[in-house]
Amino acid sequence: MKQTELIMGMPITILVEGTSVSKTDLEAAFDRFHEIDEAYSPYKITSEVSRINKGLEKAKWSSEMKHIISLCEQTTRETHGFFEAFYNGQFDPSGLVKGWAIQQVAHLLKSRDLSHFFIDAGGDIQVSRPANNNTPWRVGIRNPMNREEIIKVVGVTHEGVATSGTYIRGNHIYNPISKKPADAIASLTVIGPNIYEADRFATAAFAMGPSGITFIESLEGFEAYMVDNNRIATFTSGFERYSISS
Amino acid sequence: MKRIIASIFVAIAFIMYSIHGRQQTSPVVTPTSSSQTTPSNSSSAVTNSGGTPVGTTTTTYKNGQYTGSVEDAFYGSVQVQATISGGKLTDVEFLQYPNDRENSIAINQQAMPALKQEAIQAQSAQVDTISGATDTSQAFMQSLSTALKEAQG
Repeated sequence: MKQTELIMGMPITILVEGTSVSKTDLEAAFDRFHEIDEAYSPYKITSEVSRINKGLEKAKWSSEMKHIISLCEQTTRETHGFFEAFYNGQFDPSGLVKGWAIQQVAHLLKSRDLSHFFIDAGGDIQVSRPANNNTPWRVGIRNPMNREEIIKVVGVTHEGVATSGTYIRGNHIYNPISKKPADAIASLTVIGPNIYEADRFATAAFAMGPSGITFIESLEGFEAYMVDNNRIATFTSGFERYSISS
Repeated sequence: MKRIIASIFVAIAFIMYSIHGRQQTSPVVTPTSSSQTTPSNSSSAVTNSGGTPVGTTTTTYKNGQYTGSVEDAFYGSVQVQATISGGKLTDVEFLQYPNDRENSIAINQQAMPALKQEAIQAQSAQVDTISGATDTSQAFMQSLSTALKEAQG
């Protein structure tokens, strides 16, 4: 069973294999995405994030929000400050919440005894396939220069795959320290133990520019494929074991 | 610029499709680059329910500049301004565009001999799904479609 909905301004597709999956399962999964969007979108004035930015006192923060904030702080530490949810005096956890949301929905599906599935939220993906059916899911990596093309296929059975990048030309990411455009890297795809881990490190590593791939290389259990604007890919030493040649 | 032009064709195709067809939830419309320059021969997504190809030149607009609505794309807002001249859409400018990874700082690049390199190459293999940077095309379509609605007067 496969269904796509637009939530958080992006298409979210859930595919669950097998006969035990029902429409109710998928509805519950999409409801969870909606719930997270309502709570954490910095662009919805009623969201808890917006209310915190308008001065909602700490005593009224939900326990889940406090958990998210602790995850943000942990990620800032682990990425040497390259992930930052607090800037310009505003709290914006969206760089972390997307991966976390996918992870939450993956848990929800598993708690309903569903184990053959993938969740794709705007190009960030969590797959699940139990050990007794170990045929990998085939995930394509999109060409950042041409979105009609895929430039790599990776096989994954339980990992998360996240890509950071920008597809619009002329929209540079600025380095706040050097004040120069940091646009040498077109995209960075990270494969990690789950989508929460892959996404938060992809976010931080992309912000590091060309050094981001080095950061991923230094992490245990993570591999990455980085594409620069000269159409050259640089990849980590263990990446090739995921690669499926066409 | 080529990208933007390509986007415009995709956007028009999409708008025409949504006028002729019913509301659809999936924004993934990917005509090949060759079909973008020949709209009468465009991909199947550009056909209406009767299967007739819908050309992109059938609608004429009033000349001027039209600002689209601000659309939420989770990481930020998308807003476009459409320029109509000679009754046709000639330019689309982004007034607002979010970047999903805003806060960037550079660190020194270290030597890392374990890393490998290759030139990227298009693959033809079948895949289950595709990983790429967050696609805000839906917000783009919505903002542009409100700008063009205004241009129709």
